[in-house]
Amino acid sequence: MAYDKFTILQSTVVPLSTENVDTDQIIPARFLKATEREGFGDNLFRDWRYDSAGTPKTDFVLNDSTYSGKILVAGKNFGCGSSREHAVWALYDYGFRCVVSSFFADIFKNNCLNIGVLPVTVTPAFADKLFAAIAADPLTEVEVNLPKQTITLLATGDAESFDINEYKKDNMQHGFDDIDYLINMATEIEGFEAKR
Amino acid sequence: MEKNTLFDKIWDAHVVKSVPAGPDVFFIDKHFIHEVTSPVAFLNLEKRGIGVKYPHRTIATPDHNVPTVDQDQTIKDKLSRMQVEKLRENCAKYDIELHDLGSAHHGIVHVIGPELGVTQPGMTIVCGDSHTSTHGAFGAIAFGIGTSEVEMVLATQCIMQSKPKKMRISVEGALGKGVTSKDIILYIISKISAAGATGYFVEYAGSTIRSLSMEARMTICNMSIEMGARGGLIAPDQTTYDFLKGKQYAPAGEDWEKAVAYWNTLRTDDGAVFDEELTFDAADIEPMITYGTNPGMGIKVVDNIPSTEGMEGSNKTSYLKALDYMGFAPGEPILGKSVDYVFVGSCTNGRIEDIRAVAQFVKGHKKADSITAWIVPGSREVEKQAQAEGLVAILEEAGFELRQPGCSACLAMNDDKIPAGKYAVSTSNRNFEGRQGPGARTLLASPLTVAAVAITGKITDPREVFKA
Repeated sequence: MAYDKFTILQSTVVPLSTENVDTDQIIPARFLKATEREGFGDNLFRDWRYDSAGTPKTDFVLNDSTYSGKILVAGKNFGCGSSREHAVWALYDYGFRCVVSSFFADIFKNNCLNIGVLPVTVTPAFADKLFAAIAADPLTEVEVNLPKQTITLLATGDAESFDINEYKKDNMQHGFDDIDYLINMATEIEGFEAKR
Repeated sequence: MEKNTLFDKIWDAHVVKSVPAGPDVFFIDKHFIHEVTSPVAFLNLEKRGIGVKYPHRTIATPDHNVPTVDQDQTIKDKLSRMQVEKLRENCAKYDIELHDLGSAHHGIVHVIGPELGVTQPGMTIVCGDSHTSTHGAFGAIAFGIGTSEVEMVLATQCIMQSKPKKMRISVEGALGKGVTSKDIILYIISKISAAGATGYFVEYAGSTIRSLSMEARMTICNMSIEMGARGGLIAPDQTTYDFLKGKQYAPAGEDWEKAVAYWNTLRTDDGAVFDEELTFDAADIEPMITYGTNPGMGIKVVDNIPSTEGMEGSNKTSYLKALDYMGFAPGEPILGKSVDYVFVGSCTNGRIEDIRAVAQFVKGHKKADSITAWIVPGSREVEKQAQAEGLVAILEEAGFELRQPGCSACLAMNDDKIPAGKYAVSTSNRNFEGRQGPGARTLLASPLTVAAVAITGKITDPREVFKA
């Protein structure tokens, strides 16, 4: 489905340095029973956010009012495991528009790009710099500039460029999705299918 | 002549068009759907006012959330029932073949595809499930996709994909006694980590792999995603053809001969280049078990849990967080730890060969009193065969509870949940926090190791229990 356009995002950031965060943590399987896409944000990181009685765990970053923002800075190998797109729906529904990590799992990254959450891969050194800056000042702001493909720590001007292919970049900037593209190719696909 | 890998040959034959500075428009031969990741895709098709372009290329079954008892009755859980009913509605509306609960070929989507002969060499296969990589055992490019991509396949039979890099993992030599294909893949993942193959598609090769049955090959390809790989595949050979011949959707007669002639071309050419090559010696592999909260955290069952020596920063913090969840300490042995549940099943190890292995080993034994033992066949076909071979009787005699087919306790979307704090040794594929129920502690192992644990009630080396 079409989604919000993404161009330049300036925001405070939420740090989650844990490594190998899998999509079962982002949205546990028992919350995958909806037949519509909305409302997953309530259960984002459910078992890290709440105890079994539903009481918020105060040591989890989403329950710490010191941190907020539309950008999640995550540890390496973020989004591994299950292909559930619900994980990205939950991040989006909660309010995140961008996830930054030094390493993403493949399917998760594709899912992000398909629904308009920008995955930004940075070097491990820059990720460390981000975590340090957030620790020093939780209100520090980061700018993610998609047209220029840069991520900048606004307080210091520290910046790094990131990769994204031109096709996906164009889609994100205009809020297009792949189906629009594929439907326009119907004739070519029909020809291909007929030969198989 | 250009030297190509098996992966290149199949991939390149399915590219409708390469988008400049972008992904490939990639054609999908077969699409499997289930009740959890398809409803939103269908809903979006409706919103767009479009239908399913090639219904005969999609096959459906409800597996993820279904109960494994009383499948002939209405599903009690309202949300699960709604998802299954949506799947039925959508299949009827768009004329998609459905293998519903109770039907002859109902089961886990990655078990029934090969059983029906839908899965064939040279194909491209996707499903909204990361363990779609299972089908790679037949020499197919098979991988998991998100729901937006499920929608793309339904609407156009294509997805937009950038071609992954290529890795070859060779395993050479004879396996030791009590060592199974599950141990091979857990060993590989423990060596290269849960992210060691991210960005790659893996071809498994070598004499050890060639010697494996189709079931054993499926177990290996199934867990490719657990090291981050998009998928894994194995070149088809006589073992593949023997498995497929006579299956419902396999080619027959003259078509079979033609198909085999084509399938025989599906090999990596000598001299073809991979982006990464790894080789392992089968003699180094022993029964494996995981001790942490991702599948890369595995050791030989006889080894100690790794110490924190040499770890620092978020690496160490994450490691200690995992051990804290599991209730284990760095450096201690895992042998002898008490276990509460065993689970035999899932798309990793829920096939007939797995059930045979467990039955053969527990025959004449009783499970430990402290153990709850669930055995969940991957499909109705597996269940039927297990009955016919007398395996069910053996397992029930040993104290195992046989349930009806489905994903079950692998991801605990239904009632098959391990209680918080309890330990389960499981033949499934993921030991993530809460994977088998909130607070559940999962240790992954082979069907043989699980059988040994069921008997002793403790983490056990299967080679010690079944010496005879």
